[in-house]
Amino acid sequence: MAKSTPRNASGTTAGSSSDFPPFNQRHLLSIADLKQHEIIDLLDRAELMVPISRQERKIHPTLTGKTQINLFFESSTRTQGSFEIAGKRLGALVMNMAVKSSSVSKGETLIDTAATLNAMRPDVIVVRHSAAGAVELLSQKVGCSVINAGDGAHEHPTQALLDALTIRRRKGRISGLTVAICGDIANSRVVRSNLLLLGALNVRTRVIAPRNLLPAGIEHLATEVFTDMRKGLEGADVVMMLRLQHERANGKMIPSVREYYHFYGLDAEKLAYAKPDAIVMHPGPMNRGVEIDPAIADGVQSVINEQVEMGVAVRMAVLDALLPAGDNR
Amino acid sequence: MTGTILIENARIIDPASGLDHRGAVLIEDGRIADISKGGPVGVPEGAEVIDAAGHILSPGLIDMRVFTGEPGKEYRETLATAGKAAAAGGVTSFVMMPDTTPTVDDSALVDFLIRRAKATSLVNVLPAAAITRGLNGSELTEVGLLKEAGAVCLSDGRHSIQSTAMLRTAFSYAANYDMTIVHHLADHGLIGDGVMNEGLFATILGLKGIPAEAETIPLARDLQLALLTGVRYHAAQISTAHSVELIAAAKKRSKRISAGISINNLALNENDIGRYRTFFKLSTPLRSEDERQAVIEGLRNGTIDTIHSDHDPQDTEVKRQPFAEASDGAIGLETLLAAALRLVHSGDVDLRTVLKAMTSRPAEILGLESGRLQNGAPADLILFDPEYPWQVTANQILSRSRNTSFEGARLAGKVMRTIVGGKTVYTHIEETTL
Repeated sequence: MAKSTPRNASGTTAGSSSDFPPFNQRHLLSIADLKQHEIIDLLDRAELMVPISRQERKIHPTLTGKTQINLFFESSTRTQGSFEIAGKRLGALVMNMAVKSSSVSKGETLIDTAATLNAMRPDVIVVRHSAAGAVELLSQKVGCSVINAGDGAHEHPTQALLDALTIRRRKGRISGLTVAICGDIANSRVVRSNLLLLGALNVRTRVIAPRNLLPAGIEHLATEVFTDMRKGLEGADVVMMLRLQHERANGKMIPSVREYYHFYGLDAEKLAYAKPDAIVMHPGPMNRGVEIDPAIADGVQSVINEQVEMGVAVRMAVLDALLPAGDNR
Repeated sequence: MTGTILIENARIIDPASGLDHRGAVLIEDGRIADISKGGPVGVPEGAEVIDAAGHILSPGLIDMRVFTGEPGKEYRETLATAGKAAAAGGVTSFVMMPDTTPTVDDSALVDFLIRRAKATSLVNVLPAAAITRGLNGSELTEVGLLKEAGAVCLSDGRHSIQSTAMLRTAFSYAANYDMTIVHHLADHGLIGDGVMNEGLFATILGLKGIPAEAETIPLARDLQLALLTGVRYHAAQISTAHSVELIAAAKKRSKRISAGISINNLALNENDIGRYRTFFKLSTPLRSEDERQAVIEGLRNGTIDTIHSDHDPQDTEVKRQPFAEASDGAIGLETLLAAALRLVHSGDVDLRTVLKAMTSRPAEILGLESGRLQNGAPADLILFDPEYPWQVTANQILSRSRNTSFEGARLAGKVMRTIVGGKTVYTHIEETTL
């Protein structure tokens, strides 16, 4: 963040990829693929993208002439919109493809769609799919960069990056903090990406959930594992809440929303166990009254809207890093 | 070619008797006529002489679990292509699972398969008949008629019967005709959406896990029912330490209980899945290294009786999918022996034990006269070089499907000649460089 204010062709005061060494990855498929310096590099790049979105003319056209396809096999207003705005603010031509995943031939659609889209010569495809590993599989079948916008319960790398950026801006650092993540750990891709990223940056990570929402081996991925939310929140700098899918609270996994909220919903009383200046995060979309008290979601400690803003900056940075200007792929 | 053949200069190994010496084997009219020690021996008038060049001569392998695509999915595998793959792998007989279209649940179909195999396959095809009609898990097949038609055992293939009451009925009825039950172990409720071994690795990949208990709970149930009914019971394929313990305990109470294992669970572990490699997605999932070590010990101490390939041809369309959506299964006929020899080369298991699990033990369980070297037994034999180095490459595969979990693997040990009923059905041809 100590970077000098760079100049660039568009005359804006924001940074550009030319200020950074080349980013040596073709795709962004998972946080697991990134080294610590690459994570920090992306966060630094994103930091410089923040002012662009706060300008009156929100344009930083480093991707002029490039084509970005958003291929979402699972619908997502938030992530898809964020990627679309990010691409457009960088001057790319952005096309949204909503693919209904039919239950009969999801994978067939995936490979076939990949081949079809590839023939249109895009520069980058942003993919969300309900199956873990699907984005990586698709990346093997196309000739352009691929960004994982969430694959099953595997990873959601840009979410972890935007969470880290939000934390860093609020706390001034990431390393050494205690981050507590509470909710459906077993089925969350956000958790996996966050644990990998925060772990790489020496964060003390905690996961909090009822036992049947904790996946096998989680104790090897998080620093600490809690089933008691109050103990898990004690002394935390960051409280990250996860969405509980309504269909899980029907008696099959969780008896009821009422019981879940009583023990694992974030309210003022439980939040008081965290540090007084702890920030409250949520990847959205929120279930108010299921995992979080509306008063907390909208309260002074909440940085949930800032996460959304950082999401655009991070996605701009990732697009810019993967598609350096002058690259004639 | 089925006249008189003398194979000399061989290291003769008969796992059943423990015989292991240099010598010669004489074949007459498709059967073993004489086994002699040392050499050279006199050559009978008009005999074809095969120089074994010091390679191992053993009974041909009997593979207890092979899926084909015939009838119904011939684009995956036919009896002819499976036969070629088997011959190249040293498998002289294989038990064909009934999971075909239509299901092998009718005596007419067993009869058809036996005729069809005789006409088109290089090796012996032994049909397993379904335990339940259409593998539906709820209606018995005509066990007696199926046996008369030539079915060697009863199995619902990759299907696992869930109803304890149905299993009791089936076991009891099979015992009535002295038919061996070969049952796949899978608790559907516990498996749920699971696609690989439950544990840290599945969690990292974001894939749903299958706990060991999805195998051990049905196994414990089956073993109790086997003891109750007296049926000859073979656990189709086990993969966990606890399963080995359960089998060992049950064997103390009955001699009619046995267990098989897929070569995949002996040679590979869950880490081989790497980044969603679907050729390692198997219906009995690859387990952790600890479990693999435990099943190797189970093989070593005789708790596990048989090793099979679990040969399951699948086309690219169903394999080139996201992991959770891809079909289970890998081919294995051509790599069975070499993959099993890995255990020998690594010092984990001795050669005799490994060979026994693929020759005489399956023969005993199925009541076959092959699987051993003795005068009068069918001349189903293989000659192999246990050290021969080779690499598995997709374009050398003889099976119609190429979903091998050993692609690119460097293996040591290759079949030089395969003989079925006295007839050579495969000869290794040395690759020559121009």
